[in-house]
Amino acid sequence: MRKFQFHPCGNFKESYNEEIKIFETDFGRLWLLIGLVLLFGVIPFISSPFMLYVLNTVGIYAIAAIGLNLLIGYTGQISLGHGAFFGVGAYAGAILATKANFPFILVVPAAGLITAAVGMVFGLPSARLKHLYLCIATLAGQFILEYVFVQWESLTGGAEGISVVGATLFGLDLGNDRTFYYVIFVCLVVMTWIAVNLIRTRYGRAFIAIRDNDRAAEGMGIPIFPYKLLSFAISSFYAGVAGALYAYFMMSITPEPFNLWLSIVFIAMIIIGGLGSIPGSVFGAIFIVALEEVLSHGTEYLMNVGPSAGAAITIAPLREFVFGLAIVLFIIFEPKGLAEVWRIVRSNFRLWPFSY
Amino acid sequence: MKAFRGEPSIFASARPEDKRAELEVKNLTLRFGGITALNKIDLAVHTGELVAIIGPNGAGKTSLLNCITGYYKPQEGRIFFNGEDITNLHTHTLTELGIGRTYQNIELFPGMTVLSNMLLARHVHCHYNVGKASLFSKSVRNEEVYHREILEELIDFLEMQSLRKQLVGALPYGMRKRVELGRALALEPKLLVLDEPFAGMTLEEKEDMVRFLMELNESWDQTMILVEHDMSVVMSISERIAVLDFGVKLAEGTPDFVQSHPQVIKAYLGDTSKID
Ligand SMILES: Nc1ncnc2c1ncn2[C@@H]1O[C@H](COP(=O)(O)OP(=O)(O)O)[C@@H](O)[C@H]1O
Ligand SMILES: [Mg+2]
Repeated sequence: MRKFQFHPCGNFKESYNEEIKIFETDFGRLWLLIGLVLLFGVIPFISSPFMLYVLNTVGIYAIAAIGLNLLIGYTGQISLGHGAFFGVGAYAGAILATKANFPFILVVPAAGLITAAVGMVFGLPSARLKHLYLCIATLAGQFILEYVFVQWESLTGGAEGISVVGATLFGLDLGNDRTFYYVIFVCLVVMTWIAVNLIRTRYGRAFIAIRDNDRAAEGMGIPIFPYKLLSFAISSFYAGVAGALYAYFMMSITPEPFNLWLSIVFIAMIIIGGLGSIPGSVFGAIFIVALEEVLSHGTEYLMNVGPSAGAAITIAPLREFVFGLAIVLFIIFEPKGLAEVWRIVRSNFRLWPFSY
Repeated sequence: MKAFRGEPSIFASARPEDKRAELEVKNLTLRFGGITALNKIDLAVHTGELVAIIGPNGAGKTSLLNCITGYYKPQEGRIFFNGEDITNLHTHTLTELGIGRTYQNIELFPGMTVLSNMLLARHVHCHYNVGKASLFSKSVRNEEVYHREILEELIDFLEMQSLRKQLVGALPYGMRKRVELGRALALEPKLLVLDEPFAGMTLEEKEDMVRFLMELNESWDQTMILVEHDMSVVMSISERIAVLDFGVKLAEGTPDFVQSHPQVIKAYLGDTSKID
């Protein structure tokens, strides 16, 4: 039997295989196990229906945010179209489920693949454009897709949208938030694991190389454009899977949610969570969803308390303001995001009581 | 020369085609607007040779290397590598064909460790696909371990054991040049192209670098093109030297021949008046 390692000190690696493990110590693995037990064994049973709803939203957004982080944080290709790609996934899912009668288990990956294809098309400008110019090109993509959602009525139902109801998985009713919680978080765990794997292989390395120095990347034998497209495809695949889950979760979809604001919210998630960090994407999704809930319930609460109703109407637009403020504060004080905060907290615990 | 250090297994290939590096540059002309950076250059490099290109600053040495490695596209002329016309191929394709290089202004990734930088160079030698990578299957794991072993051998060879986990951005300039050589070697190039590998180095660092290059060339038959504007080192290590000035090849031959060539002396004394 192998020796367990609980401390990242004095454990000398004896093979290169040990070095490419995700967790350095068995402590890390133990925490992962505890986390999974909490996630699947405890949280769904102690959460109120409202809490489950919030957690499900977090899970869906986290999947999309991981995708966007692969594109922006790792490959350095800024996209303002992620919200629309999320919408493509939602529509693809809804259409496959209602018009083609695909079962849930096929709809989600199929929606991911369709969105990946769409994402690649809108990633084509990255062959020539960089930075701000690419940003504008993807913005155009966002608007084109929004237009398609509204105007292609025969397929998308126009402004009325599509409703997806009565979906089941292995005979379980997916309309139930607790059942759906399991579906979402199994997807999130699997998608996180895949992202971590991609990052530690040649694909992740190529993405990072393209982000940091595309001239040198090419000298390393990395074909830049195909890899940018691959990154767009993978990122959109994540958006598509998340979008399809969203369609089932909301049970009916209309074009409104998939606007530029959503794209910006996704970007906010990965900036606040930490660019170039997979766990950061999840932290960012948690932070943003929590912030949204606090803000919307805060204003709602003030509305209901008679005398302050007037004040509430004036602070309603504050939502955007607080959002912007949060992003700016993070960029100034912790540009590496929540992932870095988490790392600092963790290492403080590890080094306690000798934290210097 | 006797190797006391590591003997990297990637150098020890027994198949002659793995080492074959026949480069032929024919009548190459490259212009930038009104400037003619390269004017009708001819150059041939054969397997196992160490050829140096020298010339004053702005002579067009880097431009020539950039043409050979696909960064610049010449207006006229052709470049052949092992019989194949490579003039219009992309840099990444040339890397796959076996042309690896270092850059005059070091193009490493400063935010990454020495090891991560070198691992990037293994890209073309990874054979798994996206599907396998996303699951990190057994074969991917084995391949990654294999690449790590290759890199360790190179790190031993270049005497960089204590640097492997250090950020490249924190290393002194001379060390970065060595890391860049290591990264280029990790590409397993048939033709190694070095742009001013000694620039900005201390004397000790230069000596180490010369030692590595000599060993690569003599013990491992590594074919090399080496650009340098400082004549002294080059004279002692290369078999053949080509001299560029204002985009024109002034002379080519053995160090002794080049050294005594009147036009070369003229160019190096700073006489910029038109040379025949
Ligand atoms: N990308 C470029 N654009 C415009 N001019 C260039 C470019 N690269 C090189 N040159 C010009 O070509 C000439 C040769 O430069 P270079 O090859 O860098 O010389 P060397 O490496 O011998 O010092 C110089 O006059 C330089 O200004
Ligand atoms: Mg130069």
